[in-house]
Amino acid sequence: MAARRIELMLCTGTGCVAGGAFRIKKVLEEEIARHGLQSEISIVPTGCNGFCGQGPLLVVMPEKIFYGWLKTEDIPFLVQEHFLKGRPVKKLMFTPPERKEPIPLLSDIPFFKKQMLIVLRNKGIIDPEKIDDYIARDGYAALEKVLTSMTPEEVIEEIIKSGLRGRGGAGFPTGIKWKVCRNEPKTPKYVICNCDEGDPGAYMDRSVLESDPHSVIEGQTIAAYAIGASHGYIYVRTEYPLAIKRMQKAIEQAREYGLLGENILGTGFSFDLEIREGSGAFVCGEETSLIHSIEGKSPEPRQRPPFPAQVGIWGCPTVINNVETLATVPVIINRGAEWFSKIGTETSKGTKIFSLVGKINNTGLIEVPMGITLREIIYEIGGGIPGNRKFKAVQTGGPSGGCIPASLIDLPIDYESLTQAGSMMGSGGMIVMDEDTCMVDVAKFFIQFTNDESCGKCTTCRDGSAALLEVLTRITDGEGQEGDIEFLEELAWAIKDASMCGLGTTLPNPVLTTIRYFREEYEAHIREKRCPAKVCKNLIAYWIDPQLCQACLICKRECPAEAIYGEKHIVHVIDQSKCTKCGTCLEVCPPRFGAVKKLSGEPVPPVERGMKVERKKKTATPLQEQSSA
Amino acid sequence: MAKLTLDELRRRREQARKSIYLRDGEFRGKVIVHMGTCGIAAGARAIVATFLEELEKSGRTDILVTTSGCAGLCSKEPMATVEMLDSPPVKYVLLTPEKVRRIFAEHILGGVAVAEYALGIGSERAG
Repeated sequence: MAARRIELMLCTGTGCVAGGAFRIKKVLEEEIARHGLQSEISIVPTGCNGFCGQGPLLVVMPEKIFYGWLKTEDIPFLVQEHFLKGRPVKKLMFTPPERKEPIPLLSDIPFFKKQMLIVLRNKGIIDPEKIDDYIARDGYAALEKVLTSMTPEEVIEEIIKSGLRGRGGAGFPTGIKWKVCRNEPKTPKYVICNCDEGDPGAYMDRSVLESDPHSVIEGQTIAAYAIGASHGYIYVRTEYPLAIKRMQKAIEQAREYGLLGENILGTGFSFDLEIREGSGAFVCGEETSLIHSIEGKSPEPRQRPPFPAQVGIWGCPTVINNVETLATVPVIINRGAEWFSKIGTETSKGTKIFSLVGKINNTGLIEVPMGITLREIIYEIGGGIPGNRKFKAVQTGGPSGGCIPASLIDLPIDYESLTQAGSMMGSGGMIVMDEDTCMVDVAKFFIQFTNDESCGKCTTCRDGSAALLEVLTRITDGEGQEGDIEFLEELAWAIKDASMCGLGTTLPNPVLTTIRYFREEYEAHIREKRCPAKVCKNLIAYWIDPQLCQACLICKRECPAEAIYGEKHIVHVIDQSKCTKCGTCLEVCPPRFGAVKKLSGEPVPPVERGMKVERKKKTATPLQEQSSA
Repeated sequence: MAKLTLDELRRRREQARKSIYLRDGEFRGKVIVHMGTCGIAAGARAIVATFLEELEKSGRTDILVTTSGCAGLCSKEPMATVEMLDSPPVKYVLLTPEKVRRIFAEHILGGVAVAEYALGIGSERAG
């Protein structure tokens, strides 16, 4: 390839693509051609960069200048100023809310600074559709090493020594799982990659598949060598079309290079892979359901033991590992178990990817060493809560996890401490909530989700989640009764005790943790019919303060329910019987008036219709005083 | 494509490394071509192209060619600054493709600045 002076690493992860990355690419190509720069500059489409809140985005190599929130109309200026004339464009750089000056370099942006990339080692650096890019970054060197210089037992020993634990949620030691499977006498054996990522707000696995599919193929091939498998499946949900497309392409390229298929690299070892698409049932992420789904059966879990490592797909020993787990394996082989085991905490080694979403300034995908505190994630990487609101809680582990309150902000993130706090690592979703979030409502949201997704096999999960939902709905509707909290707790424990699979045994976690840490919010709903965060519609009212209303008519005009009475010079009044509590009036009332208030747990003060507006008197400036004098 | 053997995979890796050096490399030297309106009018685009051609021919993957704005000495354009590791930067003026080829061979590859094309050694002080 000809020598160039600039490479534009354009993020084409799902988020940026939705934001118009391919349209940006087209304009970039046109502008680069218009200036005749094609031979000097190339565009490299990459997987997810991670800083999704800034997308569509690109990084200019070799300087690593970061540009975000790109619009097609910015491109002609950017190409002319920076790529032709060499003057980086400040207005397209990232400026944190608290600063005035932008930060030009990716490596100086706090969001990236605290991260440690092992699984995402190639993100934003390689084109995921080019196998040579992966190979250039030590790709398939680990496979080379195990096939030429390690026995399967040595590979398993190395993974056990590294302390790697499953990244899909439960945290089972990966090497032990491999060993159990290897020791099973029955053949053939299988290895499955679990990419049935279903937690709301979580997209770690999708991003790995989209940005570095070969790392998963390499990890899975090493796993196959270790356990003695010759066939594998990658189970991806069908809602991830881009991930599936890139993975399919990667598999074909690997086959073409002889890195999958018969007699890999001439070593005599054979292994091949195929993709199976799941249709988005949450329960399919549970390993026995996943197996049933691939077998063409109804995706219901079954009792364990026997574990899939003993009796798995088609009745044969099967290792099922998560995407992230498999993508970590090549790095452990290349750099050694000792190096890996020095990262993280006593019981949780290495790094973990989290998707940081919700009420947070820097939304995105991050990879951090285990043991990092919530405070570092939320305030340093995440840049804090928007609008200087107060941090209230974070939901980790999706619907199976729990809410961790602000008081535990210095909690180090590892498998054990999260479990102790009543939550779990889960697959790594992290939903940040601020003071405007109602914790009862959050619990209701997650129970609604798990109730929908329960496969129905166990009564406790199927009917128990419905009963939880019924009570939670009653409480948020303002019809909670004494004893509801105790009932929720008792039922939650019963569901945990008597359900079979991970879905049922963890679904009560959001209820239990919100009661544990925010019991007073439940009590306020039940006893005072008050929603402290002012979220639950039945417990709030909108009211216009007659002292502050300036009769500007904006809210009256915007109210979709026509519930506002008022005229020019006459104080506006909301008709509570017509109000649908959509909140439009609060949003549109000019901040300098701030007349619309949200009330909860108190009677709506009566306001007489037809009251004249009390005009705010303008304070005279000294100059006016002088001129009038 | 035929399936790779171990040796072929290793060779392919070496080759592939070269093609991504802008993203992943370490650099010993950098050429900055000044591309203000004055520079472009005086022919700076051809200077960039010649540096890139020479770089391509040399096969080196530790040299960067970049651009920056006007250097402030518009009458001496096209200009370029050559920065090699462990030696002070040199500003070259009134460049032509021929001069660039000599600078590339003698300064960048050979380590000896071409004094007769140089404006001076060193950069302005940042104030």
